[in-house]
Amino acid sequence: MAELLTLRLRVWRQESETAPGKLVDYHVDGISVDMSFLELLDVLNEQLIHKGDDPVEFDSDCREGICGTCGLVINGVAHGPLPGITCCQLHMRHFKDGDTITIEPWRSAAFPIIRDLVVDRDAFDRIIAAGGYVATNTGAAPDANALPIAKNDADLAMDASSCIGCGACVASCPNGSAALFVGAKISQYTFLPQGQPERRRRALRMVAQMDREGFGNCSNHAECEAVCPKDISISNIARMRREYLKASLLRE
Amino acid sequence: MPDHSPVALSTIGKKILMGATGLALVGFVIVHLAGNLLLLSPNPDHFNRYAHTLESMGALLYVAEAGLVFLFLAHIYSGITVYWCNRRARPQSYKKSGRAGGVSRKSSSSTSMIWTGLILFAFLIWHLWEFKYGAGVEQGYAVQLGSEVVRDLHRLVVESFQKEYVTLLYVLVMILLGFHLRHGFWSAFQSLGLYHPRYTGLIYGSGVVLAVLLAVGFLFIPVWIYFLGGG
Repeated sequence: MAELLTLRLRVWRQESETAPGKLVDYHVDGISVDMSFLELLDVLNEQLIHKGDDPVEFDSDCREGICGTCGLVINGVAHGPLPGITCCQLHMRHFKDGDTITIEPWRSAAFPIIRDLVVDRDAFDRIIAAGGYVATNTGAAPDANALPIAKNDADLAMDASSCIGCGACVASCPNGSAALFVGAKISQYTFLPQGQPERRRRALRMVAQMDREGFGNCSNHAECEAVCPKDISISNIARMRREYLKASLLRE
Repeated sequence: MPDHSPVALSTIGKKILMGATGLALVGFVIVHLAGNLLLLSPNPDHFNRYAHTLESMGALLYVAEAGLVFLFLAHIYSGITVYWCNRRARPQSYKKSGRAGGVSRKSSSSTSMIWTGLILFAFLIWHLWEFKYGAGVEQGYAVQLGSEVVRDLHRLVVESFQKEYVTLLYVLVMILLGFHLRHGFWSAFQSLGLYHPRYTGLIYGSGVVLAVLLAVGFLFIPVWIYFLGGG
């Protein structure tokens, strides 16, 4: 029989955005090491519902590490102790029997807590709406290979575009900065011909919206890159700065 | 709606200002240490002549000093505004703090920049008070150098570093300078957008080496004078 874990969970409970929150202790046992971290919370919620308590609210969707919906700060680290994964891909085999696990929501002024572990990440959507797109007339699909793109550029664009917008960069940054997210979303277009017409406007508008949302300044701790489930490099932050500076100097 | 706020007020603009002024100040600190190494010469005239030459530069000196004042104030302004903005962006801290490790460059020096910076600023004021605006020819700190009588700054320095608390304070603050530069040097490049997969590791390493060399260089002088009396 597979090993089963008994754990003490300290979970952030908060009724609403304005209500004061606190860490509440829960005891769970019979946790299979093959469960994902979100399944651990499912088990906890079954227990709470049986007792007639309110279940712990948390976000999840695909549960296969690609959507960016789940996001928990586990023992002080966004998405938990393993690099390069979301917390739905974190399995209980990485914890020991008897462990105490503290679970908190993303903490950022720009991500208000809706309830318990659920935060409002609309700020990211508003940054994208400010310029993180390519305005193009859609029509018939263009011919394949009509726009040749160098392999290296395609790779770098792909690396940047692998950002799933989970917000772990903001959560882990001591300054609550969104620089890695915005850096990735600006960078992905800089390598591609489709991104050129709006290049300057995009950098200026997205950075301005990032600042308006109340995200902090990037102090180059690189903690974001370390927790990013998609291993997005802080080279994208440097590229955003170059793009922004160039656009500021060259704007008409 | 305007596309964006003025560059200097944006989060990126403030960091560009901080990085650029920071690197310029590193340049100043290197030159400052190079000049101070004359204190190690057994002949006090060497240091006094150097100090006198600087003080006799006239208008050029004022231009240089104005430049330095600008660099320091701009660096401190960006540091403090960045700190307050960051406090507002994370009003509630985590109950349990953790570190991701791996590629993270978060360290004791990266998280204490505002504090090491403010201590260095307080130190700077005291340092100027003590030496630049301290005792001069009128108070008897005079020495004959060739045909003219000039300020004996060497004697003032040596006397200051005979006091335990002065030497100890200099040593402690110079260690903090090392901490500040360990993160600050590479971070300045990154803030200016100068990241390259091939060179950033080298810049980070150079920052650590530079931080150690400058801290040790600066704290060695008071310690040397304390133990050997400047002789």
